[in-house]
Amino acid sequence: MLSYVSRRLLYSIPIIIGITLITFFIMYWTPGKPTDVSMELNPKISAEAKERLLKLYGLDKPVYEQYWNWLRRIAVLDFGNSFKDGIPVISKIAQRLPATLLLNFLSLGFIFIGATLIGVVCAVKKGGFWDRFLTFLVFLGFSTPSFWAALILMIVFGLWLGWLPISGIVSFRFYELSTLGKVLDLTKHLILPVFVSSIASLAALSRYVRSSLMDTLKQDYIKTAYAKGLSQKDVVFGHALKNALLPLITILCLSIPGLIGGSFIIETIFSYPGMGRLGYEAIIARDYPVIMGIGIISAFLTLAGNIAADILYAVADPRIRYK
Amino acid sequence: MKKLISDNSSFLGLIFIGLIILSAALAPLLTSYDPSAQDLTQRLLPPSFAHIFGTDDLGRDVFSRIIYGSRVSMTVGFFAVIMTLIIGATLGIVSGYFGGWIDSVLMRFTDIMLCFPTFFLILLIIAFFEPSIVNVMIVIGLTSWTGLARIVRSEVLSVREREFILASQMLAVSKKRLFFVHILPNIISPIIVYCAVGIGSAILTESGLSFLGLGVQPPTSSWGQILSGGKDYIYSAWWLSVFPGVIILFTVLSFNLIGETLRDIFDPKERV
Repeated sequence: MLSYVSRRLLYSIPIIIGITLITFFIMYWTPGKPTDVSMELNPKISAEAKERLLKLYGLDKPVYEQYWNWLRRIAVLDFGNSFKDGIPVISKIAQRLPATLLLNFLSLGFIFIGATLIGVVCAVKKGGFWDRFLTFLVFLGFSTPSFWAALILMIVFGLWLGWLPISGIVSFRFYELSTLGKVLDLTKHLILPVFVSSIASLAALSRYVRSSLMDTLKQDYIKTAYAKGLSQKDVVFGHALKNALLPLITILCLSIPGLIGGSFIIETIFSYPGMGRLGYEAIIARDYPVIMGIGIISAFLTLAGNIAADILYAVADPRIRYK
Repeated sequence: MKKLISDNSSFLGLIFIGLIILSAALAPLLTSYDPSAQDLTQRLLPPSFAHIFGTDDLGRDVFSRIIYGSRVSMTVGFFAVIMTLIIGATLGIVSGYFGGWIDSVLMRFTDIMLCFPTFFLILLIIAFFEPSIVNVMIVIGLTSWTGLARIVRSEVLSVREREFILASQMLAVSKKRLFFVHILPNIISPIIVYCAVGIGSAILTESGLSFLGLGVQPPTSSWGQILSGGKDYIYSAWWLSVFPGVIILFTVLSFNLIGETLRDIFDPKERV
């Protein structure tokens, strides 16, 4: 097991280098320099001052040196300061990251439970009414633009019914509430964003659970289990589901980049104070250090998710370790 | 093709997409309103006989904006998938066919690209270059090939090991012939499925970008852009949000249903 984990970690080193290279070169090749913002704002800026600025940001050095210097700084999580307000990027991200992690972990949990339930019902009732009905819903979910679903749900649940708040993560009077009130308030704010950000992955994964479980149900050991006289419930939940859900670990982790990518649009719509909205605002304002910081952090979160998935998979399925 | 029509859901999908393509082609015949003609006396009118989908905040006819917008959305969908296809299929084939260090390098590159949230990359590149139809297509193509490359690679790998390939190699079939006659026909089905679903997701991505104001720029109309204009009036003029959204939903749904039926047709295991 230890050798498997260490091999897996070694294997991610080239990936980490690749992530930093791609982030750096996207920013390097995009039109406009980070110094443009301060230069454009000051029409009277002299040639010397321009050069001084370029030197300050190290932009006069050859590209490999720029990359190396940047790499050395991000190794200690120094992403520089935001162009907008001068606050260190890392503290800006640190302030916003918990909200995004909360949203994404809740979404992952919701996706896992929802996809398993839908998949099980569809596989067990294959071809029946519930299979068709749920499959139809799943396809509908998979095809809905998430931002549109967000708008419609905001109208229905926020405006017409008035059940749920439509923006932010807590109410204005959050700090006056009791502990239970706080939890309730937070939950109410999270229901719509979590649901909307889960729809697409939930749909895709439930299809996966369905076909995986259907395959498993055809195996010989399932026949044996039935032959022993076990009920369908015991066979499905006790025997089949465990094996059918194994690949789900990997697929669930593969949906992490989609969730993080989706949070750029969903957090913006719901005015949710997370990293996604910070990233969107930074992109619009061309706040280079913030954009690069968020790019790196999201890529590393995904990588960590992938490593976790592989290790979890190996823990769950010993056959993997010896390959 | 016969199976595609005999299946109810994909038949509906084909009809819907046919209608959208037809209305995109015949747009001037279907509506007498210019999609970008403003008429401030006709602002925010609810659906009526004169304007079946109502009018927007500048008095433009929403129906003709949707009809003309379908040109943009469909074009983006198709060309983005062609880009994806060129990059993803090529990399997958090269990787699977040649193997060795080429395979390792290409697959590590794919792994790296998979670590970045696609939508973030797209937003980033679009925002820094100019938002336009062409750029949107290119960027969607450049960022969404990873899944296809992986699928194609594994297909090539599994086909390459089959007996008939070994047999043709023994018969000294040329490499070109081996690839085009023996390997390609055997890996084409997952590629077709991927394309059907890919068009749908490219249309979704475009609408998301346009919704954020980073896609197709006014006065050209696209579905996402109509939605984007509608979000400011969501409480007073529901028709601005509901109609384009439903059209996007049904279009993407149609592509997904066709993709699903194709998957069933190509995969005999599920046919029972």
